[in-house]
Amino acid sequence: MIVNEKIAVDHGLKKSEFKEICNLLKRVPNLTELALFSAMWNEHCSYKSSKLHLKKLPTAGKKVIQGPGENAGVIDIGDEDAIVFKIESHNHPSFIEPYQGAATGVGGIMRDVFTMGARPIANLNSIHFGSTQHKKTKNLLRGVVQGIGGYGNCMGIPTVGGQTCFDESYNGNILVNAMTLGLVNKNKIFYSKAAGLNKPIIYVGSKTGRDGIHGASMASAIFDDQIEEKKPTVQVGDPFTEKLLLEACLELMADDSIIAIQDMGAAGLTSSSIEMASKGKLGIELNLNKVPCRELSMTPYEIMLSESQERMLIVLENGKEEKAKKIFDKWNLDFAIIGKTTSTKKIEIYFEKNKVADVPIELLTNKAPEYNRKWKKTKLPTKNKFNKNDYKNLKISDVLKKILSNPNICSKEWIWKQYDHTVMGDTIQRPGGDAGVVRVHGTSKAVAASVDSSADYCFSHPLTGGKQIVCESWRNMISVGAQPIAITNCLNFGNPEKEKNMSEFVECVEGIGEASKYLNYPVVSGNVSFYNETKNQGIKPTPSIGGVGLIKDYKKMISMGLKKVGNLILVIGKTEGHIDQSIFAREILNQKKGPPPEINLFNEKNNGETVLKLITDGFIKSAHDISVGGILVALAKMSINGNKGINIKKPQNLVNYFEYFFGEDQGRYIIEVEKNDMDKIKYILEKNSVYFNEIGIIEEKNIVLKDKLNITIDELIKSNKTWLTNYMSK
Amino acid sequence: MNSSVIIFPGSNCDRDMDVALKKFGFNNQMIWHNDVDLPKSDLVVLPGGFSYGDYLRCGSIAAKSKIIESVINFINSGGLVLGICNGFQILIETGSLPGALLRNKYLEFICKNVFVKINNQKNSYFKSIKKDILELHIAHNEGNYFCTQDEIKQIEDNNQIALCYSNEQGEIDEKYNPNGSLKNIAGIFNKKKNVLGMMPHPERMIDKYLSGDDGSIFFETLLNNIN
Repeated sequence: MIVNEKIAVDHGLKKSEFKEICNLLKRVPNLTELALFSAMWNEHCSYKSSKLHLKKLPTAGKKVIQGPGENAGVIDIGDEDAIVFKIESHNHPSFIEPYQGAATGVGGIMRDVFTMGARPIANLNSIHFGSTQHKKTKNLLRGVVQGIGGYGNCMGIPTVGGQTCFDESYNGNILVNAMTLGLVNKNKIFYSKAAGLNKPIIYVGSKTGRDGIHGASMASAIFDDQIEEKKPTVQVGDPFTEKLLLEACLELMADDSIIAIQDMGAAGLTSSSIEMASKGKLGIELNLNKVPCRELSMTPYEIMLSESQERMLIVLENGKEEKAKKIFDKWNLDFAIIGKTTSTKKIEIYFEKNKVADVPIELLTNKAPEYNRKWKKTKLPTKNKFNKNDYKNLKISDVLKKILSNPNICSKEWIWKQYDHTVMGDTIQRPGGDAGVVRVHGTSKAVAASVDSSADYCFSHPLTGGKQIVCESWRNMISVGAQPIAITNCLNFGNPEKEKNMSEFVECVEGIGEASKYLNYPVVSGNVSFYNETKNQGIKPTPSIGGVGLIKDYKKMISMGLKKVGNLILVIGKTEGHIDQSIFAREILNQKKGPPPEINLFNEKNNGETVLKLITDGFIKSAHDISVGGILVALAKMSINGNKGINIKKPQNLVNYFEYFFGEDQGRYIIEVEKNDMDKIKYILEKNSVYFNEIGIIEEKNIVLKDKLNITIDELIKSNKTWLTNYMSK
Repeated sequence: MNSSVIIFPGSNCDRDMDVALKKFGFNNQMIWHNDVDLPKSDLVVLPGGFSYGDYLRCGSIAAKSKIIESVINFINSGGLVLGICNGFQILIETGSLPGALLRNKYLEFICKNVFVKINNQKNSYFKSIKKDILELHIAHNEGNYFCTQDEIKQIEDNNQIALCYSNEQGEIDEKYNPNGSLKNIAGIFNKKKNVLGMMPHPERMIDKYLSGDDGSIFFETLLNNIN
């Protein structure tokens, strides 16, 4: 087949890009070569629309061992321990085939982590679905949850946290973002940079099949009515093989046989081989007849584009082949020498003794297009003016119950009880808290992790929204007693060729960058998922932020459940009663316009650091950050988790009960402390100029506010814990 | 006391079990499924996980492993063999324990704390145990115990029911049955009571910073009884 412009366009390339390829090559590429270009130049691999803006993110820091650009980011957690982590999207495949799409998303991110020599120790996920009324939502949710569980449970890695949201903007385009943390000795980290000439290129893992061909280009396409026809581009996961691959790789990594290693993820053998050679400034020669294939008569085109799962590519030291093969034989995995490194700086592919591709690697990587797409600043929407009349028919207890049972606030136990969250025996904070916490095996340390997104805030004002998510992630770390260290981001957006979507992307990234820089909470890894759009309907801008923090002594970890009757409850941070974009405004007042709450990074940092100091000094008995739903929802969750009530005092400087209790001002926490410690705590808070007030005292049962509210824990539990189970069983 | 934990391809609670056994004083060794001989052991454990990916039927492929013949000989000579979760499924597939483990009643994986009542203390596992209701943890997709009417009669006549799902007070009722198991069965013995298969994971509950430490009672009792 002779390649022409039409074929190139069918491969997802623009006409101008095809022209550029021909210019660079000084000839028309053959079909296999076109496959290489289409894979490497598409948005998913080349970051051509996002690169320019991602450069602005702060990625360095004292504790950063490896920032973006590797399989995953790496941070130093003291002694010789390091944590490898990353979040990645698998949105498009999960919409087409929820079980396999989500499962292979989890499998892919775990490979990214153990490729670097780390044993995965925790999984998290952020999943977004369409309206709960939409006909597909239930099946998609069930499929995605079973897929995530099916893969993670079989691998024996605990799934310790996550978030689930519903919004009609995801009706035709759900989001499945999976995050993994792994533990590695900081002197034994493996990278993907090839080095040395004539080193054997080893293929290990599963055989290559026809599944997932064009997966990466599908990820960068817009959906239409015929999307179901794309089912064959979804990969099929085999967690059992991945478990064997994990053990075999870690066994081989125990000594120094490996020069470079990379998992075959998006664009399979193509991107893994090209990236390793490119980083090492080398060439690579592959003989595709040596690649273990699952199906008969696969062509070079298919072999290079297959996204069959559970495969790795290794550049090995000479002379280590036998030893390595023995390990993979023991684990019943394929092992094949399929090529070698060369000095040509080209990728040369042979098949049935013919050279079927010959392309300078630079053309596939550095020469990939980079776009400065159109965008413009989003104006801050005008504030709504609410008055007494808006609230006059409302009762605090009804509003509270309604919010607690809202799909985006209610307990997600139906989901996480399907995930094994205790395997490995180190989970000390299970899902349902501010962050999942696992111990660093065999030490006194623990690692906290959480995932957050705030699509409504980002949609209303991307810059503020971007900042807010980073702050919320930071607060989640603080609330469990962890020092926030670094984040990973998964940037889910619509079509970057549209000015509105590109603007959302640029300003969210700016916001993320600004907050993470100020909080010294750098971005060490991540991915971008554009084209989340179906039939011209894009999703709300949804960056998800995965945060990681360190607890030096796990015995000092804090959870949100109230601990002791008689203890005092303080609100840290100032409550102004910002109602716009709150769940109260959106769901109760049905007002979806207005700006998100303002972010004050100085207060955010100061409040957080002071709370962390109080925790380290042992003054805090339970803590929870105030996020969606405001003070009363946060108090209710602490009550539910600790099975205790609160007697709430009439707040000082109260403008209005609804604004006070349901406003979503940022930078706030609720903490439980002992009466006897109050003087010392006051001293520390005042010394650090942290605004606080005492809001109540813990009681046996109800949440009570004189003349205004009296509600039992059982009622709260019923509102909060039954909605999702009932929804899914109908 | 010497123990051996067998690793099958896909086992994933092998390390957790190793940690727990060592914590309570066992001298533990990890044994590869392809080995033929068992080292001298006072206890052999088949750990949880997804041996062979649970493909075909949970535990069925692992039950054909090389090491299994030695395990069966060990059982026949009166040795103690404990199977947790997937280990329980494997023991059933080898014919060492009666019945079958079906998919959970609601067709969902379940991961949560449960209470179990110890039904029979006249054996090396539970003799002199200081509590007869334990809070343990389950994490499985196929834990729905089932057998024929004839089999259940024999099991009851021989007092082979080891553990039943219950509430905190030890009341056994369908309400406390997480997976649809016949008679709330969470664990059973063989006739001689030297083989115990159970779905709950005591190895995940061995210190108070985890979700509880009733698993410690399980291991302490077992070690004392072997001594």
